[in-house]
Amino acid sequence: MAEYSALSLLKNALSGNRDWRPAWRKAEPKPAYDVVIVGGGGHGLATAYYLAREHGIARVAVLEKGWLGSGNIGRNTTIVRSNYLLPESIRFYDFSVKLWENLSHALNYNVMFSQRGILNLAHSPAQADEYIRRGNAMRHGGGDAVWLTRHEIARRVPGIDFSPRARFPVVGGLLQPRAGTARHDAVAWGYARAADRLGVDIVENCEVTGFLREGDRITGVATTRGDIRAGKVALAVAGSTSRLMRMAGIERFPIESHVLQAFVTEAVKPYVDCVVTFGGGHLYMSQSDKGGLVFGGDLDGYNSYAQRGNLPLVKEVMSEMVAMFPATARLRLLRSWGGVMDMSMDGSPIITRGPLPGMYLNCGWCYGGFKATPASGFSFAWTIAKDEPHPINAPFTLSRFERGAVIDEKGQGPTPKLH
Amino acid sequence: MLIPCPHCGPRDVQEFSYQGDATRKRPDPASTDVHAWHAYVYDRPNPAGPHREYWQHIGGCRAHIVVERDTLSHEVLGAAFASDLSNQGGTRP
Repeated sequence: MAEYSALSLLKNALSGNRDWRPAWRKAEPKPAYDVVIVGGGGHGLATAYYLAREHGIARVAVLEKGWLGSGNIGRNTTIVRSNYLLPESIRFYDFSVKLWENLSHALNYNVMFSQRGILNLAHSPAQADEYIRRGNAMRHGGGDAVWLTRHEIARRVPGIDFSPRARFPVVGGLLQPRAGTARHDAVAWGYARAADRLGVDIVENCEVTGFLREGDRITGVATTRGDIRAGKVALAVAGSTSRLMRMAGIERFPIESHVLQAFVTEAVKPYVDCVVTFGGGHLYMSQSDKGGLVFGGDLDGYNSYAQRGNLPLVKEVMSEMVAMFPATARLRLLRSWGGVMDMSMDGSPIITRGPLPGMYLNCGWCYGGFKATPASGFSFAWTIAKDEPHPINAPFTLSRFERGAVIDEKGQGPTPKLH
Repeated sequence: MLIPCPHCGPRDVQEFSYQGDATRKRPDPASTDVHAWHAYVYDRPNPAGPHREYWQHIGGCRAHIVVERDTLSHEVLGAAFASDLSNQGGTRP
């Protein structure tokens, strides 16, 4: 398959775009692989790519029960950021942002990573103090953060309600300039194409129905397309983690699956040039290149595998949106949808060996998985290839709950709906 | 989503606060078994299908109730006072 380039664009334009080849093969599952990755979302595909590129392990299959990109990689609000407080998180997510910065080049696929910045609005002096503390932590950890005053924000994002009638007056805001957005589908497609070119088999419409075992050891997977043996079985199945664990005989696990909704409005002219989050509630919004305002808020707040939510949350998110950007009140909503989040007990992910021999686990992304895609794939591939964690994912163990070493950004405790 | 409160009848989900899995068993408070406490605090069955869960009717009678609800369809299969179940030796928070 040819490199994508200006020349290949020109050549294919001249032949009426009839000669483009599929970006990845429709692979048939083979009877055995070195590594089988369950879950053809962003994290699974990225893991396959880094396994092949960084570690030379190319006898790899990615199994996807639906079509590629049908899960959370195609359902998120496309935000990339590393504005965290705790050192473990800063290290991990800043590493991710650095991979994002070169991702289009590395994959030879335009993921449209746009470092337009993310602005967290603060609406009270206490919230401002908290944000400034976080900004200091980010800078201390090697990241970037800038405090903007109310006046500077008014100049930069004129759509925000700065009137005396604003229900939540803006005090200031924390800007991370290197944060931004990326085209989420392109991330899945780009990783899939790049992994495929390195020899990885991407098998769609192949659902895992059980595990092959020798004693305790996992030696492969049973699927709707037959048994597949594997030296190592890696799970990157987000909201379905508990279901897969149950297939492996683990009935209880520190994950709850929750539904998160997201929304997009009809397209309008350029209105907001960065990602903005509302501190008076929970809302994050950006404008896509097509012009739609893409936004989301809190979880619905109860266990769900339904990939759709209920109306009370829709109402809450819309009212926050209008409180922050009054001009959006007249916009029509184009679509809303839901995804199933793997909410961990401390709000941080789990990337580790185990919990059974022959098994590797990547889960607990809560609703921050998209931005982590490159670092997650990179460190998970490292963990699989070397049987030990990379320094950036070493703190994100499964045993941390028992050891009391939780990484709880918000200090919410083991209440997943609050993370 | 309507939740059939045993005291107030069917009410909108907005009137309720979700308290999570109702199948967990709290160890004896005097227990020093780390694994038992870890399982109680952190581990969840998280089923795809019928799920027993605590809700509190904060916008109504304020009763704690146990609801059985399908997490795949959001269909509510039943509800009862948590205290009744607890008095029968059932689960307690």
